[in-house]
Amino acid sequence: MSSNKSTDKTLVQKIGIGLFSLALLIFLASLSLSHYKIDMATLQNNLGSDYHWSFVQPEVAGLEGQEFGSSFAFLGAYEEAMRRAQAAIIKDVEENKGLTTSDGEYWSTILQDYKIKDLRFPLAKASSQGFLPSNVGLIFLLSIIMGIIGAFLYILPKTRLFPGIKNNHIYHSAMHNRGWLGIAAGVFLVGFYILLYFYPEHMVNWVLLVDPVSEALSGNPASQWFLYGFLYTIVILVMGIRMIIKYRHNRYQIIRTFSVMFFQTSFAFLIPEILVALNKPYFDFKNIWPLDYDFFFEWNIQNLTNSGTLGIFMLFWGIALFVVGVPLITYFYGKRWYCSWVCGCGGLAETLGDPYRQLSDKSLNAWKIERWLIHAVLVFAIFMTLAVLYTFLPPSGHWLNRTTLLLGASAAIAGIGYWFYQRNQTAQVVPTQALYAMLGGAVLIIAVIWINHASGSGNLFFVDSFKVRKWYGFSISSIFAGVVGTGFYPFMGNRVWCRFGCPLAAYLGIVQKFKSRFRITTNGGQCISCGNCSTYCEMGIDVRSYAQKGQDIVRSSCVGCGICSAVCPRGVLRLENSSVDIDTRTQALRTLHIAPEGVSLVQ
Amino acid sequence: MRIAIIGNGISGVTAARFLRKLSDHEITLISAETDYFFSRTALMYIYMGHMRFKDTQPYEPYFWEKNRINLVRDFVNSVDTDNKQLVMAKGANIAYDKLIIACGSTPNKFGWPGQDLKGVGGLYSFQDLENMEAYSDDLKRAVIVGGGLIGIEMAEMFHSRHIPVTFLVREKSYWDAVLPAEESEMINRHILENHIDLRLQTELKEIVDDGNGRACAVITNTGERIECGFVGLTAGVRPNVNFLKDSGIEIQRGIVVNEHLETNIPDVYAIGDCAQQNKPMPGRRPVEAVWYTGRMMGETVAHNICGNPVAYDPGIWFNSAKFIDIEYQVYGTVLAKAPEHHTAVYWEHSDGRKSVRLIYDKETEAILGFNLMGVRYRHEVCEAWIRAKTPIGEVLENLGLANFDPEFYDEYEADIIKQYNQQSGKQIKVKQKRGLSAAIKFLRKAVHA
Repeated sequence: MSSNKSTDKTLVQKIGIGLFSLALLIFLASLSLSHYKIDMATLQNNLGSDYHWSFVQPEVAGLEGQEFGSSFAFLGAYEEAMRRAQAAIIKDVEENKGLTTSDGEYWSTILQDYKIKDLRFPLAKASSQGFLPSNVGLIFLLSIIMGIIGAFLYILPKTRLFPGIKNNHIYHSAMHNRGWLGIAAGVFLVGFYILLYFYPEHMVNWVLLVDPVSEALSGNPASQWFLYGFLYTIVILVMGIRMIIKYRHNRYQIIRTFSVMFFQTSFAFLIPEILVALNKPYFDFKNIWPLDYDFFFEWNIQNLTNSGTLGIFMLFWGIALFVVGVPLITYFYGKRWYCSWVCGCGGLAETLGDPYRQLSDKSLNAWKIERWLIHAVLVFAIFMTLAVLYTFLPPSGHWLNRTTLLLGASAAIAGIGYWFYQRNQTAQVVPTQALYAMLGGAVLIIAVIWINHASGSGNLFFVDSFKVRKWYGFSISSIFAGVVGTGFYPFMGNRVWCRFGCPLAAYLGIVQKFKSRFRITTNGGQCISCGNCSTYCEMGIDVRSYAQKGQDIVRSSCVGCGICSAVCPRGVLRLENSSVDIDTRTQALRTLHIAPEGVSLVQ
Repeated sequence: MRIAIIGNGISGVTAARFLRKLSDHEITLISAETDYFFSRTALMYIYMGHMRFKDTQPYEPYFWEKNRINLVRDFVNSVDTDNKQLVMAKGANIAYDKLIIACGSTPNKFGWPGQDLKGVGGLYSFQDLENMEAYSDDLKRAVIVGGGLIGIEMAEMFHSRHIPVTFLVREKSYWDAVLPAEESEMINRHILENHIDLRLQTELKEIVDDGNGRACAVITNTGERIECGFVGLTAGVRPNVNFLKDSGIEIQRGIVVNEHLETNIPDVYAIGDCAQQNKPMPGRRPVEAVWYTGRMMGETVAHNICGNPVAYDPGIWFNSAKFIDIEYQVYGTVLAKAPEHHTAVYWEHSDGRKSVRLIYDKETEAILGFNLMGVRYRHEVCEAWIRAKTPIGEVLENLGLANFDPEFYDEYEADIIKQYNQQSGKQIKVKQKRGLSAAIKFLRKAVHA
């Protein structure tokens, strides 16, 4: 191991690394900078039932005044007390009220498991006491603010280097080549997402840190989701500035990075908070179904339809985005308009994730997996939405009912199937076997939904739509998009979710592949096959395999980040749009000739 | 038919790929250097940590089996053309029906004392890279000899490792045999602003042995002694043809071939860096060690072997490089010392790191060439203009067609035209801005014309 295989760091940069590391340590340690004393009022208020409280109160009375050193000990004791109360309630319901499990009232009367679970976060947050809760400002300063300062001290001195591609030592770095630092970063991110999605009650001290920010913005105390949105935005802003400095010779990168910073800060973070402060529905105007997978859930539709003109506008805006916005804008500019300019997931990938882009898998096998997986998620998202809508809609009466929904869906499936079949006849996109498997699957799906419809079960498939959405929420939204999507940046690159999982990316990609002016042009015969483009493609596209053939790049997964063009040492690649050759973009028209007569095309 | 290919570089691999596309022949690809084809041009990026070695391999390992291209890792000691077989260093002899020699180049050495010491090396092969790597730990200074494309790459490589570099350039200015004066001067400045110790008009006289067979210093023609732990020899390359001495194959500088890439021995072909054209096209050198000419020869030889005789035609000259942070592209004829009938419009950006030079004929005003620093132009558009002998005025009016810089970049066409108007007294205006649609329409017309 040579000592000179790393970038030169100035003293200021070293201080920056030191401050950042210290801030990170303080941030981690802040989880233990309090003790827990049960807050009875919060428990009682959140329980919301005097009947339950009369059983819970005697069980938790023993905890009152007790000091617990950690959230684990505290919530363990809470859990035990609540289980005893739950048993006592069940006993009372069975013995004194004479209800049995077959009575509907039984279930609405007992203290259910989810209630005990949902109480954990607000109770833990209210019960955290001691150093951190009384010094929120100080710890905020020493963790988040000092972290930001440390990061800037490291980032800003990079302006001393000449503008240009600066990828020296990326593969020598333990952080960027799956070394110990990368593994540590991955473990931290994965751990953060697991806490966030499944155990927020153990991160209440972090949430307390941003309570004042949340109060100032919307007047409400912070939830774990506010903490997440806040940190997400800070990270995009800080790492966005890093991105701009790194590519300051490249105006495409500068404008694009400003764009993701803007959309995250305003559309994803501030506007929804302000809406809430104004008593309007929380709404992210740039989130599009099916990435916004719960857009058509009944609670959201009801929430929007009950929120006056603005709510109705939001409903139509959301529908217009995916019906008109996606196909139209993607036709003009490719999916990049969303994925690398607007989207929040893309925003994080292009800023925090930029140092990890080279870790994406470029193998043919990865491409095969990608194509099946991402389209499977799209199909899953569509059918989950249909199932939810189906259950939500009235069986008959209104013009929009279960039957008309199914008619519409069947027509759409048949239409898409027919179009795809036709398209595959003219230019083979998928192998014939795969085509027939898809068409067969489509017929099967239509058959199943109509058989089920005839049975009058209220479910689209043979399973409860609530279960389907729960599976989706857990497996796709939490595990795939969050834990793996971001947590695996240091292992599999910064676009794992966007490439393998995002249903909206799949939809945008289909438009990009079949009807868009966008492509990456290969500049004649200048390619030297060096591989920088493929290496730095975050989507794992083997850009070089096209460039060295003189073929333009039209790939459904390309998010148009423009880095392949930036890192090319020979000026071979350009992202551009034209409708002149829209249906022949992939033809190797401009492949190297070797003689004026005879030999022309290279496959 | 059994076809053996010596060398798995871009020429040999392109030949193998096209032979497979065109035929069912048995193909054997031989290399002593690496198991799989890699992009030689990317060696520097491995050293600098931009890529891993495997990232420089354009094809995954399954590719070779799938395409039934046999890979042999061995060194060819000699070629027995009488019995049509290759005498191998390790394995059994390999018999062939057709032989393609694509064995590339080797760095030039001009008989300097100490040129074979340890800690001296070029940058051509994977082993050269390993050699550089082996001496890079605790290296106090490297001296690079030869002011060409590889020299500046090597300088950038050591520079990336924070190793001080002294760069000996024999000429008055960097690469001034190829670059016109202003562009050459621009690169001089860029080398110096990167704190590389550039020594113009300085030649290597001797490499000093430290007593243990390792280089410890160089002595220049001015008598100066420069202490260093590594000496990079980058004074060009020559065809790697020593092993063919007694084969009967005609060799001058390289392996002499005709326009069908055939040597004097039937069924033996030579392509790429090691081939020497017996009748080079006007304005072209007989040996051209360039990536894309290797690729073109590989494709051409495959057609010739598969019964589709075509002459090797590299078309209009083009090339590209990157000098640390400055990209370089050239299309057509751009000579360092412009002949009498050449004239040019030269525009340079105020930042001193971008320039555009359009060369045209004084009499006919036909465009002859484009020399670009830090600005990207479309290959096909430039080529179409050069082929059609388009007058400079028309080229300038439509210069946006050629602009290949990324979106939102500044467009310099108006500045270039202003420069031209000033020096010519004409009143040309921008007619065509940057954009793909116009470029496609132009190219479609140009192809049909």
